[in-house]
Amino acid sequence: MSTLAEAPRDQFQTDANRTATDDVRRLAVRRALSNYQTARNRTGATFTDWKSARSAAATIKHEAVNHLDKYLEEFERKFTARGGKVFWASNSEQARNYILELAAARGVRSIVKSKAMTGEEIHLNPALLAAGYGVVESDLGEYIQQLKGEAPYHFVFPCMHLRRDEISDLFEKELGTAKTDNPEELTMIARRVLRRAYIDADMGISGGNFIVADTGMISITENEGNARLTVGIPKIHVALIGIEKVVPCLGDLALLLPMLATAGTGQHLTGYNSMYGGPRQPGETDGPEEFHVVLLDNHRTRLLADPEQRDALHCIRCGACLNVCPIFKNIGGHTYGTTYQGPIGSVITPHFRGLQDWKHLSGASSLCGACTETCPVGIDIHHHLLRNRRNAAQEKPAPGESLVWRMFAFLMRRPALYKFASRFAPLGSLLHPLIERTALDPVRAWTNTRDFPSAPLRSFRAQFKAHQAQKAAAISQNGGAK
Amino acid sequence: MRVTLFVPCFIDSLYPNVGMSMVRVLERLGHTVEFPEDQTCCGQPPFNSGYWEEARSVARKQLVVFQNAEIILSGSGSCGAMFKVFYPELFHGLPEEAAAKAHAAKTWEFSEFLVNKLGVKDLGARFEGRATFHDGCHGLRELGTKQAPRELLQHVKGLELVEMGEAETCCGFGGTFAVKYPQISTAMAEVKCNSIRETQADYVISNDSSCLMQIGGWLNRNVGSVKCLHLAEVLASR
Repeated sequence: MSTLAEAPRDQFQTDANRTATDDVRRLAVRRALSNYQTARNRTGATFTDWKSARSAAATIKHEAVNHLDKYLEEFERKFTARGGKVFWASNSEQARNYILELAAARGVRSIVKSKAMTGEEIHLNPALLAAGYGVVESDLGEYIQQLKGEAPYHFVFPCMHLRRDEISDLFEKELGTAKTDNPEELTMIARRVLRRAYIDADMGISGGNFIVADTGMISITENEGNARLTVGIPKIHVALIGIEKVVPCLGDLALLLPMLATAGTGQHLTGYNSMYGGPRQPGETDGPEEFHVVLLDNHRTRLLADPEQRDALHCIRCGACLNVCPIFKNIGGHTYGTTYQGPIGSVITPHFRGLQDWKHLSGASSLCGACTETCPVGIDIHHHLLRNRRNAAQEKPAPGESLVWRMFAFLMRRPALYKFASRFAPLGSLLHPLIERTALDPVRAWTNTRDFPSAPLRSFRAQFKAHQAQKAAAISQNGGAK
Repeated sequence: MRVTLFVPCFIDSLYPNVGMSMVRVLERLGHTVEFPEDQTCCGQPPFNSGYWEEARSVARKQLVVFQNAEIILSGSGSCGAMFKVFYPELFHGLPEEAAAKAHAAKTWEFSEFLVNKLGVKDLGARFEGRATFHDGCHGLRELGTKQAPRELLQHVKGLELVEMGEAETCCGFGGTFAVKYPQISTAMAEVKCNSIRETQADYVISNDSSCLMQIGGWLNRNVGSVKCLHLAEVLASR
C-alpha cells in the first residue's frame, strides 16, 4: 500500500493500477461476492414486495434524517433518564478526547472493541494505543485485520480479501499457533484470545446500527455475539455512533433489521440483534455500570445541509453497493483509501473530508447504476457521483480539462464545423496505426489495452444523404414513367 | 409515422452501418425517416465530466434541432438516456426546462420504440449464428430496457440467443472513465468479455455501440473470435 503522505488521488491511481491487474485477488473477491449474491437473491425473494419495503425503509430514514434534532434529543432524554450519558461530538478530535479522558478518569487499562466503522473514521485505535491502552478488536474479521495491521477491506466484511491459508499464516506468525485450513479451528484460535480480552477489559467500545428515539435505545446487529460480550462484560460501555443512525421508533426496526440483514449478508436476520437502553439498573445482575453514547457528527451535518444529496445519510451501512459494484470487485477496498469504501464511500467521503481531495473517487465510476439499483433505502448513489463531479468542476475547474470541454462544446455547437471536422475521421483512422500506442497517440489511454475502431470512408450522414437521393430519384423515375 | 433519427456523433463517424440499419428497419415498416443535418452530440461527455455549463450549451442546440420532431429515436441507450433522463436535470429550474421535458418525452430508445410504441416484435429478419446480448447500463437502469431487445431477437430466424452470466454487469466503458481510469476500465472489460466467451457465442449484440466499442476493442486485441453487432444491424439482416 502507498504511503500516507501521498495525495489521495495519487494513492488511488497507483493502487488501482496495481489491484486492477491482481488476478488472484480479483478472482477471490468475485467468488466471495458471487456467494453473497446467491444468498441475497434467495432472501430478497422471500420479501412479498421488495420495492415497497424499500420505499417504506426510505420513508423512515427520510423522516429521521430530516428531523435529526427532534429524534436525537428524544433519544437523549429517554436514554439519560435511565442513567446513560450522551456526548455530542462535532468532530473526530472531540470524540477521541471524550473517550480518552473517560478512560483516564476511570483508570482503564485495557479495552475491548466490537465492530464500529465510526472508530475507523475517527482513528480511535491509534489514539488509544498511543495513550497506552491495550485495545483488542473482537469481531473476527476486524481482529484479523488488526493483527495484520491493515484497515478493513470492506466495511461489512473486513477481511473478505484473505484466503484461509493467509489467515492461518497470520495466526502462526502473530500468535504462534499451528497451521490449519479448517475455518472452525481458525475461529477457535481467535476465540481463545478474545475470551481473555473480554474478561480483562474494563472498557468496552461498540458502534451501533440504529439509535431508537422513542425508547432511548441503541440497536446492535451482529453474527458472532462478540458485541454482546464487549458491551456486557466490562464495567464501562461506550457506543460511538453517527448521528444519522437515528430512527423514530422501535417498530421501524421490524423492517430495517431484516432489510439490513438481507442486503448486507443475504440473511433473513443476523444471528444476534440486541437493544441497549442504559447502564445496569438497580436490582439488575449484569450489564455495565456506566454507559456512554458518543453521537458523532464529523461533517455529517455538512451533507445534511445539501438538499440534493441529503439522502446519502439514509445509508444503513449494509455494504450492498460495494458487493455489486464492478469497480469495487476489480480494485478492492483498500484502493479507495477511505473508511467507507465503494460507491457510498465515493459519495460521502468528499462531503466528510473535502471535495477537491476526494473528487477522484466520484470520477472513478462508469456510472453503471448497479449501486443505486441494489440500495435497500433507495439512495440515488450513482447520480450523486455525477453531482459531486459537477460541484467539483464548478468550485475549481481543472484548467486542462476545462479547456477541452470548452473546445468540445464550441465544436458541437457549430454543425458546419463539426461536419467539416468529422470528414477527417477516415483520414485519421488511416494514419492512426503509424502512431498507435506511441507518445503521439492521442487515444493511447485506450489503445494501450484495447483496439480503437476505424472510421469507414463514408459517415452515416453521407450514406443517408445518398440513400435519400436514391429514393428521390426512384420516385421521380416512377413518376416520369406514368 | 414520422421518425426523427438521432445518430450520436461517434455512431455517425465510426458505426454508420448502425444508423443505416435503423433506417432500413423503419422504412420496411413503412415509416418516414428524417435526419436533421444540424444535430451533433447530446452533450454527455462534458455532462459526465462535471462541466454542465458546456453540456448545456451543446444540449440547447439539440433542443432546437429536434423541436419539431414527433419521435426522436436513438440508436444508443446511453445518448437516449442523456435526452430522456439527464436533459430535464441539466435544465432544472432554467428557462429551457419545459423544452427539455418535451424533448425527453418524445425520445425513444430503438428497441423500446419497436416493441412498446409500434407493437412490433417480428421484423422478418434472418441471421444465422449463436449470439448473446449485452445490456448497456444506461439503457438497462436509466431507461429500464431489458425485455424489448430480447423479444426482438427471439423473432430473428436462424439466431440462437444465449444469456451470459452476469449479463447486467457493466462492460467498463463509462465514457471518459474509459480513458481516465484505463486500468480499471480494462479490468471490467476483461470480466465482461470472459462472460461473453463462456457462452461460446459467435456474436455479442447490444443496443449500445459505446459498450460495443469497449467490448470489441478488448476482444479484438485479446481474442479476435467474437464479433460485435448492434441490435439494428441484426434486425436489418435478411
